[in-house]
Amino acid sequence: MYPQNFYFTKDHEWVAVDGDTATIGISDFAQKQLGDVVFVEQPEIGKVLAVHQTIGSIESVKAVSEVFAPVSGEVTAINAELGTAPEAVNQDPHGKGWIIRLKMANQADLGALMKAADYEKYLEGLTH
Amino acid sequence: MIREPLIFELSAKGKRAYAMPALDVPEAKGALDGLAVRDGIEGFPEASEVEIVRHFTRLSQQNYCVDEGFYPLGSCTMKYNPKINEKIAALPGFAGVHPYAPADTVQGCLEVLKRTEDYLCEITGFEAFTLQPSAGAQGELTGIMLIRAALAKRGNPRKVVLIPDSAHGTNPSSAHLSGYAVQEIKSNPDGGIDLEELARCMNEDVAALMVTNPNTLGVFESNIRRAAEIVHAKGGFLYMDGANMNALTGIARPGDMGADVLHVNLHKTFSTPHGGGGPGSGPVGVVKEMVPFLPTPYVVRTANGYGLDDDRPDSIGRVRGFYGNFLVVVKALTYILALGPEGVREIAEIAVLNANYIRKSLEGIYNLPYDAPSLHEVVFDDKIQKDAYGVTNLDIAKRLIDYGFHPPTMSFPLIVHGALMIEPTETESKRDLDGFIETMKTIAEEAKADAGLLKAAPHHSFVRRLDETAAARNPVLKWEKPKSE
Repeated sequence: MYPQNFYFTKDHEWVAVDGDTATIGISDFAQKQLGDVVFVEQPEIGKVLAVHQTIGSIESVKAVSEVFAPVSGEVTAINAELGTAPEAVNQDPHGKGWIIRLKMANQADLGALMKAADYEKYLEGLTH
Repeated sequence: MIREPLIFELSAKGKRAYAMPALDVPEAKGALDGLAVRDGIEGFPEASEVEIVRHFTRLSQQNYCVDEGFYPLGSCTMKYNPKINEKIAALPGFAGVHPYAPADTVQGCLEVLKRTEDYLCEITGFEAFTLQPSAGAQGELTGIMLIRAALAKRGNPRKVVLIPDSAHGTNPSSAHLSGYAVQEIKSNPDGGIDLEELARCMNEDVAALMVTNPNTLGVFESNIRRAAEIVHAKGGFLYMDGANMNALTGIARPGDMGADVLHVNLHKTFSTPHGGGGPGSGPVGVVKEMVPFLPTPYVVRTANGYGLDDDRPDSIGRVRGFYGNFLVVVKALTYILALGPEGVREIAEIAVLNANYIRKSLEGIYNLPYDAPSLHEVVFDDKIQKDAYGVTNLDIAKRLIDYGFHPPTMSFPLIVHGALMIEPTETESKRDLDGFIETMKTIAEEAKADAGLLKAAPHHSFVRRLDETAAARNPVLKWEKPKSE
């Protein structure tokens, strides 16, 4: 169920890479854990993020959780539709629920991330 | 059930709750212009006295309070507040005193502040307390500001505060507001501080470790002294969040555990009203090194009695107007004096006994995610009901309302998914605890027999289940006059 061409973090963010553009969101597992998302805090376009720096936060009916940058780079786009429809994170976490796009500073950052198959194994370890 | 209208909806133009006599002197036109006369407020409600009284009385009857029944809201210590507290705080010498009154005319009030400080020092093992902070979160902020001041005095305020992942959300906020970066420490498999992880994270950039003990799982941090040694060895401070002091009173003292700073919540541990009935009070205790930094004015003993010391050059200054929530302090002192040392010890003894009685009675029926021994509260989760019947902690909590109980704390601590955190406090009798336990067992049976009943709960309350998601996504924060009128 997790897209084969995506990269994943232990904190449950995903990254989809197209050239030097990285699109970032949270995984289906993460949205299920959070429950109904009611607000997504996003950074300003142009902000430069280091690996594991806070992108923003996601507020659900249960809790507020931080979202961390899986790769470093400059924010080139944010998903403005989440402002009025944060439920996209629940409904389509790997698609319409994307959060930001970065211009990647270092392709090597991807080396520290998991591919879908490894992420699924990692999730199995968490739920047992 | 008919919905209670908003006061705005009850309004009709020109209605008044009072009638002034006709003016029998010449009107002083313009005397107050530009000073005390404000512009009109559009849509300001206008209603008669009886309408106002009935409206708010009806609303109050729809509320649930600790004077009405069991209120096991974990981490909040919703104990019964003895009425003697209110009686003493209402004495004219306390309730009517002016905050600008000269110190020599309010010696009794200053004595209340000093004696409360003395007792808190005795109960917690610290050198001195400030009683200024308004509640727990401000106490934490004050505590971290004191740590920053003490480190700055040593030469370097440092950069990082370490906080376990089970902490109250106000801990990282307090650290952040004081200019520190927050680093989260993962709990060990028992839910406690992981000493290896702590040792790995602790360095000379770390200002403090913030620990809640017992932690938010209701589990005593038995490694607390080792943790204090690790933090102190690198020149950091140990901040203890005293939100859960109800498990320790008269038994163990945070000051003896190696904590340098502690806040306590008078409105939790020392039985002053909270949860809409406040205000709160969050005194902060410190070790000797930090006494010079305490907020001013600080109550001191003088040759003739008591005085207010403003001349403390290292002080972080005022953190609140005047002397904090003074009448809350009066209530807490009343409580401490009414109980005496034996009674203060019994708070913790009975609170821990009650929590463990509930734990033992419900173990196996509800899942215990962490099985370390409980102190004053017990954290179950919804795993058994969710896996088998799709019933969540929310459904269980809502169904409890139908049986006349306030639900436990839900979805906290964050390290437990589907948490139900139950804190009975020492207030409850065995009979009341048994009533709650039987109800929790009934609800577990209902989950099995008719999950839909729980999914649609509550059924017998003034309002049925609210759509919390819709309310959070599209909050309606202001009443607007319907267009048709």
